[in-house]
Amino acid sequence: MESKTAAVSLRNITKSFGPVVANDKVNLDIYRGEILALLGENGSGKTTLMNMLSGIYFPDEGQIFINGKETVIRSPKDAYACGIGMVHQHFKLIDVLSAAENVALGMKGRLNLKKTSEKIRNICDKYGFDVDPDQKIYSMSVSQKQTVEIIKVLYRGADILILDEPTAVLTPQETEKLFAVLRNMRNDGKAIIIITHKMHEVESLSDRVAVLRRGCFVGDMATKETNAQEMTDMMVGHKVTLNIARPEPVNPKPRLKVEGLSVKDEDGIYKLKNVSFEARSGEILGIAGISGCGQKELLESIAGLQVTESGSITYINDDGSAEELIGKDPRKIMDMGVALSFVPEDRLGMGLVGDMDLTDNMMLRSFRNGRSMFTDRKTPKDLAQTVVNDLEVVTPGLSTPVRRLSGGNVQKVLVGREISSCPTVLMTAYAVRGLDINSSYTIYNLINEQKEKGSAVIFVGEDLDVLLELADRILVLCGGEVSGIVDGRTTDKNTVGSMMTQIGGTGHE
Amino acid sequence: MNKAKDPLFHIVKRDALPWYKSLGIRLIAILAALIVCAVVTTILTGINPIQVYVSIFLGAFGTARKTWITFQNIAILLLISLALTPAFRMRFWNIGGEGQVLIGGLAAAVCMITLADKVPNVVVILLMIVCSLGAGAIWGLIPAFFKAKWNTNETLSTLMMNYIATQLVAFYTIVWEMPKGSGKIGIINQNTNVGWLPEIGGSKYLLSIVVAVLVTVLMYIYLTYSKHGYEIEVVGESERTARYVGIKVEKVIIRTMLLSGAICGLVGLLLVGGINHTVTTTIANGQGFTAVLVSWMAKFNPFTMIATSFLIIFLNRGASEISTTFGLNQSFADILTGIILFFIIGCEFFIAYQIHFRKKPERRMIVND
Repeated sequence: MESKTAAVSLRNITKSFGPVVANDKVNLDIYRGEILALLGENGSGKTTLMNMLSGIYFPDEGQIFINGKETVIRSPKDAYACGIGMVHQHFKLIDVLSAAENVALGMKGRLNLKKTSEKIRNICDKYGFDVDPDQKIYSMSVSQKQTVEIIKVLYRGADILILDEPTAVLTPQETEKLFAVLRNMRNDGKAIIIITHKMHEVESLSDRVAVLRRGCFVGDMATKETNAQEMTDMMVGHKVTLNIARPEPVNPKPRLKVEGLSVKDEDGIYKLKNVSFEARSGEILGIAGISGCGQKELLESIAGLQVTESGSITYINDDGSAEELIGKDPRKIMDMGVALSFVPEDRLGMGLVGDMDLTDNMMLRSFRNGRSMFTDRKTPKDLAQTVVNDLEVVTPGLSTPVRRLSGGNVQKVLVGREISSCPTVLMTAYAVRGLDINSSYTIYNLINEQKEKGSAVIFVGEDLDVLLELADRILVLCGGEVSGIVDGRTTDKNTVGSMMTQIGGTGHE
Repeated sequence: MNKAKDPLFHIVKRDALPWYKSLGIRLIAILAALIVCAVVTTILTGINPIQVYVSIFLGAFGTARKTWITFQNIAILLLISLALTPAFRMRFWNIGGEGQVLIGGLAAAVCMITLADKVPNVVVILLMIVCSLGAGAIWGLIPAFFKAKWNTNETLSTLMMNYIATQLVAFYTIVWEMPKGSGKIGIINQNTNVGWLPEIGGSKYLLSIVVAVLVTVLMYIYLTYSKHGYEIEVVGESERTARYVGIKVEKVIIRTMLLSGAICGLVGLLLVGGINHTVTTTIANGQGFTAVLVSWMAKFNPFTMIATSFLIIFLNRGASEISTTFGLNQSFADILTGIILFFIIGCEFFIAYQIHFRKKPERRMIVND
């Protein structure tokens, strides 16, 4: 490798935000014709480092060499001039414009959409993309939008590509397609950096991995010569076990009964159609399905946040008496004595208030307690302290707005609050989305703890491998309908995968 | 050998500053504003800027009477700002303070005119209180109801309500014109003083000031410690979160606007019953809008609002003083006020960010303040 000049060399890059050091003297080399996976826990500074390369942040100290020449990158424009392009986790596209218009946006010279479209088609042919330059962004799927982002970068002549968690929003099939394209680009001599938390993706795609821990560069190695265990240990800094426990359910009893539930959206289209199932105490019911197949509506219906069309949701008490939940709002459900906890997908937009501190967020569920017109902040403060201690939340203090915490810590705060009420039903939607491996396992353990305490857990997940390891039973949704309910211990990925795309699955392979 | 050039400076977001540093930045901003104002004054008018500043100060605090009026004006502006604050915290942009004050004042005037000599003075005053607060509350309720029910734009509807209030006052001005042909109502019950709010502590200025102090403290407690205040905060930050924890968003919007409107109505009561003893279409004098600035500059903190409303009133009274003393027209005073506000609002940037200048070889300079 020494014979090659690195496409990008970072030397002693340091960047702090106030008192927080996001990157501390990081050294990193990136070569052409290579896919580099950048690994690290949440908040370890991966995205910050890449943002400095793409001109969004400016390093406090250190040098950047492009093709061996020292370069200063002041803005994304400078970055493009150096051939660096970044595809962000959150897309930066304008919905009402077409793909070609989005690509042409910000380019110098006269706008010539015909030429732009033609060039886009050339790029598509070269690398195997599939996108229509004239299609409007709002009518595109997530994976198509991502493709447009990648094309935007290539169009500007980038040969050093950075992708920040590109697969977080993709289905397994879409991920495979993306990887094929990335391999094509590598073979074309481009340097590619990919940030991801999914170990099997690192192993199947990358040539080399580099690991960051708490802002420092820990080491890099060829992917062939390492394994998931070693990489995880490097990321975390100590040994971790990568097994998800699945204790046998103890004395499962029906807890929640959903019968014939149908939900329509504003346009009158069925989001859920005649869904029936039962969730039992002491058991984890996994819910699988491609995104938008009704998981969100299902959970929100149970939580009392969704207007339903027909059907019933009954909660069964320990003594066997049943109560109807439909038509009741979250407060009524709480007042009925139903301990229902819900960790929604949208953490800061729904589960928590970003600008409020930890204590105030802990109060969200309980602030009505007591007859005084004033709030009691003592109890929530104690709860916040307990959550911080028990779940090892990294925060400067209890009075820090949760928006300032990293994704994993935000999730721990949310999950911590939701399980603090000793729920009899615990619903989680994408509980580990965007979380690093260590935080993910903390969350899995917490969920298992609740299961052992006798909660009926409903776990909506996107990672089939995890669902198959964690859930006792798996309910597969397909287009808002129940495609089937399978036993988590005996089924396999292919069966569930095919049930996700077709009601009842496509037979057995 | 090093062709790459560092940028001259780059901007970095700061961590939260300790209060004394942010206060320091603000004081420096005011100082800088005064210097710029001085330069502008000398260039444009040739008057010694020190004289101008002295005159501004005298305008606000030159005599005991001037000082009292300054404090009374601060009290009124502060009260309106406090009234708007709960709505603002909820991200409900109530710019209808003007109308809510006006309708509260009109309600008080109606009581004074129609009930004089019919019921005892105490009853008149009690009814004035009820009617003023009620009228203000209704003026707040209407936009809130539409917002809660059909999610209409509250900025537009509260603004429109201002015009309705103005026109109503204009209508009653003609009905109760005194003396006929003067085009105004004139001092109401000048001989009997029926419906005039009592003077307390032997001063006709003290009542509004006491009310303002009380409302400031109560509002702070309400917003910071009460369950209602907490609900307002949650609704303002995220309606989805509010629904998720079972807060009835519609109810909170309506309740908060009733409160907001009622306090504006109270200001109307003070203006008509306590200070002016008459009602005109300009009785609120644009303060419903100025209060938006006051509340915003104070970041919706009731105690900080004391400082911001003081600043605005001080500049205002000082400005009118210099225009009379030096024979300058009002526009020049406005220029000075504008410059000072520009600096004060502009310095927020330096509180949120710091600027790193290009590193000198070996040594690094950080400009903090």
